[in-house]
Amino acid sequence: MKRRDFIRSSVSAGMFTGAAFTLGSYGALKAADSTSSFQLPYDMVAIRGGEPGEMFDRGIASLGGLKQFVKPNQTVVVKPNIGWDTTPEKGATTNPELVSAVIEQCKLAGAKSVYVFDNPVAEWTRSYAYSGIEEAAKKAGATVVSGKSEGYYQNVSIPKGKVLKNAKVHELILESDVFINIPVLKNHGGSTLTIAMKNLMGVVWDRQYWHSNDLHQCIADFATFFQPDLNIIDAYRVMKRNGPRGVSAADVVTMKYQIIATDMVAADAAATKVFGMEPNQLRHLVLAEQSGVGTSDIDALKINRLTLST
Amino acid sequence: MRQKHLRILRIIISVFFLVFMSALFVDYREFIPVSYAKWVLYPQLIPSVISFITLPAALATGFLLILILTFLFGRVYCSAICPLGALQDVYAFLSKKFRIIKRYKFKKALDYLRYPFLGLTVVFLLFGSMLVLNLLDPYSSFGRIFSDLARPGVVTVNNLLAAQLEKMEVYFLFRVDMGLFTWQTIFIPIFTAVLIIWLSVYFGRLYCNTVCPVGTTLGLLSRLSLFRIKMDRLSCTRCGKCAFVCKSNCIDIKNFKVDFSRCVACYNCITACEYNAIKYEPAYARKPVNAELSADRSKRNFIGKSLLLGMALTGLKQKSTAQDHDNLPPGDIPNNRQHPVSPPGSVSLKHFTDRCTACHLCVTSCPTGVLQPSFLEYGISGIMQPHMDYSVEYCNYECTICSQVCPTGAIMPLTVDDKKLTQTGVVHLILDKCIVVTDNTACGSCSEHCPTQAVRMVPFQNGLTIPELNETVCIGCGACEYACPVRPYTAIYVEGNPIHQVAEQPQTESLEYREHEDFPF
Repeated sequence: MKRRDFIRSSVSAGMFTGAAFTLGSYGALKAADSTSSFQLPYDMVAIRGGEPGEMFDRGIASLGGLKQFVKPNQTVVVKPNIGWDTTPEKGATTNPELVSAVIEQCKLAGAKSVYVFDNPVAEWTRSYAYSGIEEAAKKAGATVVSGKSEGYYQNVSIPKGKVLKNAKVHELILESDVFINIPVLKNHGGSTLTIAMKNLMGVVWDRQYWHSNDLHQCIADFATFFQPDLNIIDAYRVMKRNGPRGVSAADVVTMKYQIIATDMVAADAAATKVFGMEPNQLRHLVLAEQSGVGTSDIDALKINRLTLST
Repeated sequence: MRQKHLRILRIIISVFFLVFMSALFVDYREFIPVSYAKWVLYPQLIPSVISFITLPAALATGFLLILILTFLFGRVYCSAICPLGALQDVYAFLSKKFRIIKRYKFKKALDYLRYPFLGLTVVFLLFGSMLVLNLLDPYSSFGRIFSDLARPGVVTVNNLLAAQLEKMEVYFLFRVDMGLFTWQTIFIPIFTAVLIIWLSVYFGRLYCNTVCPVGTTLGLLSRLSLFRIKMDRLSCTRCGKCAFVCKSNCIDIKNFKVDFSRCVACYNCITACEYNAIKYEPAYARKPVNAELSADRSKRNFIGKSLLLGMALTGLKQKSTAQDHDNLPPGDIPNNRQHPVSPPGSVSLKHFTDRCTACHLCVTSCPTGVLQPSFLEYGISGIMQPHMDYSVEYCNYECTICSQVCPTGAIMPLTVDDKKLTQTGVVHLILDKCIVVTDNTACGSCSEHCPTQAVRMVPFQNGLTIPELNETVCIGCGACEYACPVRPYTAIYVEGNPIHQVAEQPQTESLEYREHEDFPF
């Protein structure tokens, strides 16, 4: 069963109320997915010291290449953080070089089409343009799609959600085979940090509900519903304060890190440490772990640490 | 060039203006660069006059060109340049095509309507109100019809097409949300559109010769024109073909007279005449025409009454806000906003409301849709003049497009750097309504959206953070108000600055960062 078949079934579950049944089949499905289809040499790859594209190419190669995740003729959604109409130096959006490296690898793995979108907080055409992501993605051969019309979003139910029971999600994540999450690591006034789990807010339409109903819990709830096939955390330029938008480039330090992992919780935990905080300080991370989304015990994971000399 | 060719020249120019203007006012995707738009906006009479008063004169001489043209050849503006005139010609053309009107005939001028409409406009202007001018100005009426009525239609068609194309993996057209439809003011463009259709289908250019203050003004000037369309008694056979095609009903065959004050210079008559008996002639070659400019009694009577009405209206600018709200949920307690927020570049509420003709070009151009036609925010006099509606969207930090397109100077041109320091309003916070306080939950939506960190999150209790304000760096963009989840009346809102101020530069101390020796895990 493919991701989209599963999500389609939960879309219909949103319409009816037989959520318990879906919940049962969901766990079984994810378990089957992660054991039988492929075996990864590491749980996580952490890279430091190189340029964003180079770090990704080296990191993914050590996992056996992106073909571990993307099969020929599959459709892929690549979801960077394009939340703001700021230039890459401001660190508010995912590094365009990284986005283009990921798309190129998708193409090499034989992806039929690669879609890139976000539901930006700032005016979306400017966000796509100023972030440099639209140009980089198009050049790399992806289809850049709008996330800024309610018509693109479909209602889904979130059976394991404690607060968030429903959400309107972009139809492309329902229709595509593979989802690759490329968040940028940065400070965030509301959610403390924004990393992989928080980045998924960009596939959701009705986000105001999250803000008025315990933001951290909603982020964790959505993570129980949707786990990307791969998370690549861009910690090349890291916004240390005034996030998520930032005021100027002075809010940003160049750290040159990258984390690649399938487990969002583990990826966020590692990135939290890169930022200089402990995972238990990030509430949505703790809540997501409690809900069984993943583990923050990164010491127990098999990590490939790569330091590139520049 | 032979005078017979004037008509085709007029048609080419007017079609150009009509097509360009229509596109401009429905251009929800910023296809048309502002530098191109400037050229079609340049000769629009009312915007040009206002911007001439406001901006450096060299940028806004379009109306001088029109006045010179009028002084030479009559109301060339009305048929060649005015977009509403061209639109009426389309309806009049269709009316003839479908034989609703077969031929026009001479009618007397409706002086008892056209001068009062002009008078009322002038009187309101003297009392500092743009209201009547804004309701009647043809350029602005055209703008509203296309921005408020046609644009939603275009967006609807776009969305239907886009949804089909996306199924075929074509993403060039993307779906666009309609944004807010301002029901309270939509009846004005609807009324204008219906009036225009009705009048142009059945009565040719009656709007231009009774309602339109621009037409009447140019009509007065054209009584002095150096060249006027005249009939030649000797060549004329009184066949009447010229009068049949005259949309202004101003050719009086019986008396061999053309009422040139109503002639919109469409040149249909010149082309229609087989004997070359009606054409431009120098006005002062023979005995000058007796210009009937003296004000009659009814006019004086009317102006007196209008003065009274104007005075009455100035008293209508205020609205009451005081309300009792002790037991309401936080979101239901209204913000006591004293002043609306006018767009950045508009200098002050007075500068803006004195100059904006409510053409809604900025409403079309605004990429976020924060600029919306107002209802009573600026008072009755300012109805339809756009305001910043933070319940819909907020002002994009990097964008200055409204200040670039505004043809009147109501919104003065701003550079992006200046815009980032233009304080259109100041943030206000009612902490008792804030969701962090009322619900004990994390939020930070306001701070998250704030581009200058005039709103930042500071420690509260239980590890939560609450907003704290630094008004000096606030520019009034409304991001915080837009993002606030407390509805319908937000916990954080922007109070408009009656006179825009300069905000301070946000802080930019650099951060200390020592590179890690190794991975921190």
